[in-house]
Amino acid sequence: MSRSDVLVDADWVEAHLDDPGVVLVEVDEDTAAYDKGHIRNAVKLDWRKDLQDPVRRDFVDRHGFEQLLSERGISNDDTVVLYGGNNNWFAAYAYWYFRLYGHRNVKLLDGGRKKWELESREMVTAVPDRPRTSYRATEQDASLRAMRDEVIAAIGKRNLVDVRSPDEFTGKLLAPAHLPQEQAQRAGHIPTAKNIPWSKAANDDGTFKTDDELRALYQGEAGLDFGKDTIAYCRIGERSAHTWFVLHELLGLPQVKNYDGSWTEYGSLVGVPIELGEAR
Amino acid sequence: MSAGQGCGAPAGGAAVPAGASGEAVIEGHVTRAGAPLPAGYARLLNDGGEFVAEVPLGDDGGFRFFAAPGTWTVRVLAPGGVSTDQTVTAGYGRSTAVEVSV
Repeated sequence: MSRSDVLVDADWVEAHLDDPGVVLVEVDEDTAAYDKGHIRNAVKLDWRKDLQDPVRRDFVDRHGFEQLLSERGISNDDTVVLYGGNNNWFAAYAYWYFRLYGHRNVKLLDGGRKKWELESREMVTAVPDRPRTSYRATEQDASLRAMRDEVIAAIGKRNLVDVRSPDEFTGKLLAPAHLPQEQAQRAGHIPTAKNIPWSKAANDDGTFKTDDELRALYQGEAGLDFGKDTIAYCRIGERSAHTWFVLHELLGLPQVKNYDGSWTEYGSLVGVPIELGEAR
Repeated sequence: MSAGQGCGAPAGGAAVPAGASGEAVIEGHVTRAGAPLPAGYARLLNDGGEFVAEVPLGDDGGFRFFAAPGTWTVRVLAPGGVSTDQTVTAGYGRSTAVEVSV
């Protein structure tokens, strides 16, 4: 796996957005963004309505994922190009789902919606009409997803990467600063976790930093041991999907899991250890 | 029963100072030549210059952050390679207004 297998740039998208076999998919934190304008021929996935179970706290199951992609007109052989706002954080989250359910050819648009918009490239409101398909997903790939007991067992043994902002890590804030702060859970971080905010992997324009810069950031500056297995987490698992993408897909570390329960689960568990303040 | 009484844990957990529910809001608008600029982004950086959050501007060029008391930088990104910073101070229970012209 290398950068060219998992990332495309805006010029590539402009050249291929009419290709049969290429499907653009927008996934935003702001689920109304697509309706205001999107890249021509792009379909929308709503991370909350489409990708989450409506009752239990879990994401859509295999059958639900098959139904969703069939309904959106996406085939198993299609090249899926995901993009979204806020440095692709929810697009990276959707990318992780596509990998979990075994989609072979999926990529991110480097820089996402923001770079496309700031370069004043074409946006449309027309919604494409894609005929229904019969999508078949695989069972979830358990090697990509960490559950809470595995996270507790990993304290002090594996790399734990907390990708939230420094103020969330130390306990000053409970959520990213563009969201209301009321939460019924404890603040802080999982003991032995290193704080490497997800946003450090991206440039201001939303593109990923170079492989050399990323290695310097995670290995050099933060002291992550690339020889160990790694679990990334944030608040609800979407920013950590962005870091999972960096470590697993761009830098090619073999064992990296995303803990999608993240702080909203861990910080609500009874009896688990929590650290406040700076990393020790 | 209100939070903090009886068997209920204090809302927000022990580490969050009193008054957190009042929110420390930073909000404002971005204009270009006097008109609202909807095509752009506002980023919030902490006092160490670290990225904390980013939002797309609204149709009225508006943005809003829920921060904590302290000094913050609001960075606005706009088409044409524009990037401009303003330093603001936020406090619980009040809204700090930032007006940016690019």
